[in-house]
Amino acid sequence: MSAEVTVLRGARPYGEAPVDVVIADGRIAALDQPGAPVAAAAREIDASSLILLPGFVDLHTHLREPGREDAETIQTGSAAAALGGFTAVHAMANTQPVADTAGVVEQVWRRGVEAGLCDVVPVGAVTVGLRGEQLAELGAMAESAARVRVFSDDGVCVSDAVLMRRALEYVKAFDGVIAQHAQEPRLTEGAQMNEGVLSGLLGLRGWPSVAEEAIIARDILLAQHVGSRVHICHLSTRGSVEIVRWAKERGLDVTAEVTPHHLVLTEELARTYDPRYKVNPPLRGAADVDAVREGLADGTIDAVATDHAPHPHEDKDCEWAAGAFGMLGLETAVSVVIETLVEPGLLDWRGVADRLSTRPAHIGRLDGHGRPLAVGEPANLVLVDPSARWTVDPARLASKSRNTPFAEREMHGRVVATFLRGTPTVLDGQLA
Amino acid sequence: MRHLLSAADLSRDDAILILDTAGELGRVTDRAVKKLPTLRGRTVVNLFFEDSTRTRISFEAAAKRLSADVITFSAKGSSVSKGESLKDTALTLEAMGADAVIVRHEASGAPHRLAHSGWIDCAVVNAGDGTHEHPTQALLDAFTLRHHLSGGEGALDGRRIVIVGDVLHSRVARSNVLLLHALGASVTLVAPPTLMPVGVDTWPCQVSYDLDDALPGADAVMMLRVQRERMNAAFFPSTHEYSRRYGLDTRRAALLADDGIVLHPGPMNRGMEITADVADGSRSVIVEQVTNGVNVRMAVLYLILGGRAETDVWEMSA
Amino acid sequence: MAHADARRGAQGPRADSRVLDAADIARVIGRIAHEILERSHGPSDIVIMGIQTRGVPLAQRIAARIGEIEGTPVPVGSLDITMYRDDLRLRGARPLEVTDVPDVGVDNRVVVLVDDVLYSGRTVRAALDALSDIGRPRSVQLAVLVDRGHRELPIRADYVGKNIPTSHDQAVRVRLAEVDGLDEVTVEG
Repeated sequence: MSAEVTVLRGARPYGEAPVDVVIADGRIAALDQPGAPVAAAAREIDASSLILLPGFVDLHTHLREPGREDAETIQTGSAAAALGGFTAVHAMANTQPVADTAGVVEQVWRRGVEAGLCDVVPVGAVTVGLRGEQLAELGAMAESAARVRVFSDDGVCVSDAVLMRRALEYVKAFDGVIAQHAQEPRLTEGAQMNEGVLSGLLGLRGWPSVAEEAIIARDILLAQHVGSRVHICHLSTRGSVEIVRWAKERGLDVTAEVTPHHLVLTEELARTYDPRYKVNPPLRGAADVDAVREGLADGTIDAVATDHAPHPHEDKDCEWAAGAFGMLGLETAVSVVIETLVEPGLLDWRGVADRLSTRPAHIGRLDGHGRPLAVGEPANLVLVDPSARWTVDPARLASKSRNTPFAEREMHGRVVATFLRGTPTVLDGQLA
Repeated sequence: MRHLLSAADLSRDDAILILDTAGELGRVTDRAVKKLPTLRGRTVVNLFFEDSTRTRISFEAAAKRLSADVITFSAKGSSVSKGESLKDTALTLEAMGADAVIVRHEASGAPHRLAHSGWIDCAVVNAGDGTHEHPTQALLDAFTLRHHLSGGEGALDGRRIVIVGDVLHSRVARSNVLLLHALGASVTLVAPPTLMPVGVDTWPCQVSYDLDDALPGADAVMMLRVQRERMNAAFFPSTHEYSRRYGLDTRRAALLADDGIVLHPGPMNRGMEITADVADGSRSVIVEQVTNGVNVRMAVLYLILGGRAETDVWEMSA
Repeated sequence: MAHADARRGAQGPRADSRVLDAADIARVIGRIAHEILERSHGPSDIVIMGIQTRGVPLAQRIAARIGEIEGTPVPVGSLDITMYRDDLRLRGARPLEVTDVPDVGVDNRVVVLVDDVLYSGRTVRAALDALSDIGRPRSVQLAVLVDRGHRELPIRADYVGKNIPTSHDQAVRVRLAEVDGLDEVTVEG
């Protein structure tokens, strides 16, 4: 926690009228008229024309540690998160060993504290070893130092309806939530890309929309039946948006996330047979991209979650079928949101704060994140320059891996500074 | 033409050029000295990650008749089966001085990756990739069709060709639809709905589930191999039912136009998709397809390794 | 320049000079036909083979002329030497043309190869290779419409329509009615 006082001169909270933001003792101490005098010892940061938002919260990050430190570590992943404007990330459970015990989640949590660049919030596995057979010790993980509230077998769908029902019911005891990776396994055996005209032409096994939508519909009905909340990971199809919208209209307690890549990229990229564009769920069609943007804009979709999935070079520098699923996302997420939603006028900056911070923090039950920009609130903050343009150079990413789908692409807007409880983790776009 | 990865890469003119070239090269096959010196000093690598004796031998014969040095690299018993990646294998071949790589791979798009990933610099010919394409098979089928239906010249305008069987898993069907369409033929795909790819209605062809409906008056029928194992994955109930609904027997073959012909890319499942008497009957051109395969592949190798030349330059050097 | 409109569309403003016109070409072909007959003591063993592309109509004309003189047709064929060239790497592939061997074959025959222009000699070298893959002639002779010099191989023509000294940067362009719609030979550049 920073002992000194920091002043962000002329920052625009939610893109609105500029203020001087005084940060002291890890909190927002004052929101003053621009140019107000402050203590001589204060560090001043010129934030004029920069947008001030609450620090972003990622519900869906793969940090790969323990087990695949060749792809990412909690240290490198935290750095990528900070550079992307995140102050909290949920670390998915599909590590080696799987985060299915209090011991593993506490280890992940501690390594996150040591890294100190953002809050690393472990996600617990729903079933032992992600095998879909037996519930993991969800209560023990919830009670551990890591205070796990989000549980997911992400990477694998909890396809057994009975097991899913039990999990939904069980986590009610500690206000947890099951985050479902919605993928009907039999319909997607050997699947390589979105199922449609293009998969037929390319000769790649299809991953049909119905395999996602059928599970989402089932789980919403199950959650309704047992009176639980349920969260849908990386929703990717138009049909999924419609189902979630239907459920929310009926007041059901369902939340959903969409990834940045599903907001901007389409299956057309599979024509290259370059596994950089191979991801699960797969990139879909243009109509799906339009639908998820719309769903995010109207609040049907609650959050943008990166599904940041680092893979070592050799797992992508190969033929499509041999390539690993997944792409990097932390360092490019907000730029994608700016390009696809803010600039076209689908979402204002309060909307960005809501979808990237407030709602994901609430879904994950994170007390100190996603708070309003108000005096007395924790200073988990991000400054964004919406007019900046930058080109993604994979070699310069902080992530240990290079598998971004945006290499050489010009991005809109960038993170200038990130503060974790008042301490800058990023300044001038560099790690502080 | 730098690579041959997909029949979709071939315009009507490209396809006719290859078929015409194959036609001329076919004459060489008839003479005493079957070898041409054209590719002397060039190295052609047969890179077969998947067993396919007939395609491998056909390419080998084609390359050798053009005097190229041929290195055959089969996955079985090689470093590939020890987990070496496609990339490392490719780099090895490049280091050996390969001018062209003929690749057969179980992954759709593997030849495309070899050609465009920047791993290697040599020409790539797709000899069948996953369930994607098999362009030289389509070329030899087109050559055979043209020989019988168009006097060995020009295109296939107005000819009606029926392709029957496991379209979903067939790289031969994909390449044939694209190529035969480019050559002006009208193609009808026939299969049970379970063996049709999603989006087949957008392909440049007709689609039918009824063989007896599609066959009458057709100029040619091409039977695709149907693996019996598909039955276990519920694509069709039994081999018996498949044969009854989609197999080619004497009665059905008689529905073709008077001089209509029967093709099969092989290897055949006699008794499954085709009866023995039709496979060996007078309409069958299945053996001829094999011969034509060598000529078509010679043409492809010649045109790819030769690249394109400007006619003027050529004449001035005379 | 009196025939300028006959070359309409030809190469820009540079002066091209016509070295043979239609009448010249007809006379040359007649002369070569006679020389072939003289040298081989009669037409019985002769096979005329034109090298693709413009050697073929020339071969046909020479064969027709011999036929007129002798009253019996002379076997005539065509030879495509594309696959025998030594410059594939430099020049690239081009479409193949027809190789047509007369029914009598070439074994033990006197084969007269016919081409339009003799320059480096590489085409003729390729034609000799192609011919040897087809059969074994008793002897091979060479007839060309134009010899422009600059040989790169030890090859010479037995029958030459016209010797035309040229520089390397000039182009000798032969046009024949069967291919180009008119008969003429020009030197360009």
